[in-house]
Amino acid sequence: MAPLLEVEDLRVEFGRGPETASVLNGVSYHVDEGETLAVLGESGSGKSVTAQTVMGILDLPPGRITGGAVRFRGEELLGADPERRRLLRGESMAMIFQDALSALNPVYTVGFQIAEQFRFRRGLSRRDATARAVEMLDQVRIPNAKQRVKEYPHQFSGGMRQRAMIAMSLALDPELLIADEPTTALDVTVQAQIMDLLDELRRERGMGLVLITHDLGVVAEVADRIAVMYAGRVVEHADAATLYARPGHPYTRGLMDSVPRVDDVAGAPLRPIPGLPPSLAAIPDGCPFHPRCAHAVDRCVTEVPALRELGGDHQAACHFAERFVAEGTDRPTTHEVVSG
Amino acid sequence: MGRYTLRRLLQLIPVFLGTTFLVYWLVWGLREDPFAGKCGQRECSPAFRAALTERYNLDDPLIVQYLKYLGAVLTGDFGQTFSGTEVSTLIADAYPITIKLAIVALVIEAVIGIIAGVVAGLRGRGFADTLVLVSTLFLIALPVFVTGLVLRQVLGVDLGIIRTSVPANPSIGELIVPGFVLASLSMAYVARLTRTSLIENSRADFVRTAVAKGLPRRRVVGVHMLRNSLIPVVTFLGTDIGALMGGAIVTEGVFNIRGIGGLIYRGLQQQDIATVVGVVALLVIVYLVANLVVDLLYAVLDPRIRYD
Repeated sequence: MAPLLEVEDLRVEFGRGPETASVLNGVSYHVDEGETLAVLGESGSGKSVTAQTVMGILDLPPGRITGGAVRFRGEELLGADPERRRLLRGESMAMIFQDALSALNPVYTVGFQIAEQFRFRRGLSRRDATARAVEMLDQVRIPNAKQRVKEYPHQFSGGMRQRAMIAMSLALDPELLIADEPTTALDVTVQAQIMDLLDELRRERGMGLVLITHDLGVVAEVADRIAVMYAGRVVEHADAATLYARPGHPYTRGLMDSVPRVDDVAGAPLRPIPGLPPSLAAIPDGCPFHPRCAHAVDRCVTEVPALRELGGDHQAACHFAERFVAEGTDRPTTHEVVSG
Repeated sequence: MGRYTLRRLLQLIPVFLGTTFLVYWLVWGLREDPFAGKCGQRECSPAFRAALTERYNLDDPLIVQYLKYLGAVLTGDFGQTFSGTEVSTLIADAYPITIKLAIVALVIEAVIGIIAGVVAGLRGRGFADTLVLVSTLFLIALPVFVTGLVLRQVLGVDLGIIRTSVPANPSIGELIVPGFVLASLSMAYVARLTRTSLIENSRADFVRTAVAKGLPRRRVVGVHMLRNSLIPVVTFLGTDIGALMGGAIVTEGVFNIRGIGGLIYRGLQQQDIATVVGVVALLVIVYLVANLVVDLLYAVLDPRIRYD
């Protein structure tokens, strides 16, 4: 059976001429029903653009899809009728955004914005739709939902606002939820609550979840599989346990090492990945990560590493992936990363 | 909101006193001889002088004159012109016409301005956008009296569609062309403001959310983009009410409309001080109240704004 969502060799550019930024350079990943795929990467790695292309909400122009495929239950979406794609949004696939304060309309009540889905997609009356909105707020465990449904986004706290956003996205019971950095704007205790809620809702509804983040701690607990993105490409993909224990790409390892750990000696220096992500208008030849890689050799400068199968549904785009996998890390469990 | 309104109303008092005193001082206090030129080439007769000095309390210190005048105004007595006509009668005759003209102008400005702005803002770069930008630039560049004289000449004289001179008690229809002239400048600003605001909001996160929800395009634009985009436009329209009334002087002159613009103009020309002070005092009140209404309306349009 076709996977719930399949992205294949997706390519997106912004701008024209010498200014052209290659934002996506052949992104591939898939999500099945009921599973969580975490998409991990620094800012500008193309995580969000991929998601927006899947949803069909990428601004075209300035963006330009130059190749690849996006399939939902086997149905090709790129080039599909815009009205068909609109009907899929909300109904089959939904998205929540990083900053719920700006993602919710400031001049309408939270209830109005949730009820809108029921009124204009399900044809419910205003009153019935509002009743359903209260139910949705209940489901995301917003206390006193009957009252809060009449309030405006700015009257909600950050965590409650993100819950309202989740309620809105789940109103039409989608099969796929894309969460674009849903906890980045929240403080740590609230982050955990929101992640737990998302995980729970995913399990209850059996929906697929694409969790876009740059936070390894968030990923470790909930992700079934992880796709690591760099410069518009998936550079490593594996199930969560494998990725944490035996990363095959130096970039993945760099990401993990850059997270401070509980057993670090106090005052020990942080270990960031040196350098900056490349400009997407001038991606380096060869392996795009080579200028920042401690292990780079001549071959890395000239030859682009392909995403290679390393066994057990683990792929990495590094010439020396086998060596790194064999080395492994000194991280016995994912949970230590989380507590760090 | 009630307390806020009360506080704002109380704030109107010092502003009203300050502005009216300034006007009063400018027209009475700064002149050496208020009767210069009042009696043709000759000096005014002592009897006439005495009568007018008595009528306007000119023997009192300026501040006492002002307070006496203010007291009378507050009871509805705006005094008399030099020739003895009640200023309140003049105002009562002229004000309704100006209000009518201002309303016609406001409607034209809001309807045409917003529609033009929305069309230009939604279509993106293209013919409609360029047309709106160029035509509004044209209107902004032209002084109002030029727009007025050209329309009067073309529509009134050459084509004979309208009368060049608006009758004493004009109907709404007869005020459409003058209203258009009066509104032209603000209409251009409304169109541009709507356009900019709409383009800005079209990139807002909440519009992307509305699209991601799978709402029909009509609803995304009409509900999620428009309401937010119109907040600054409504503010502009509100403050413009005062300007339309005060700014009608040129338009009323061109079309020979007997509103307060003409009244002020004649008052200044004939140096009829009581008329000028009375009309200006009323205009000040209109400005102040319009501003207050706009501020209150702002809270209705944008729930993030709370007055308490």
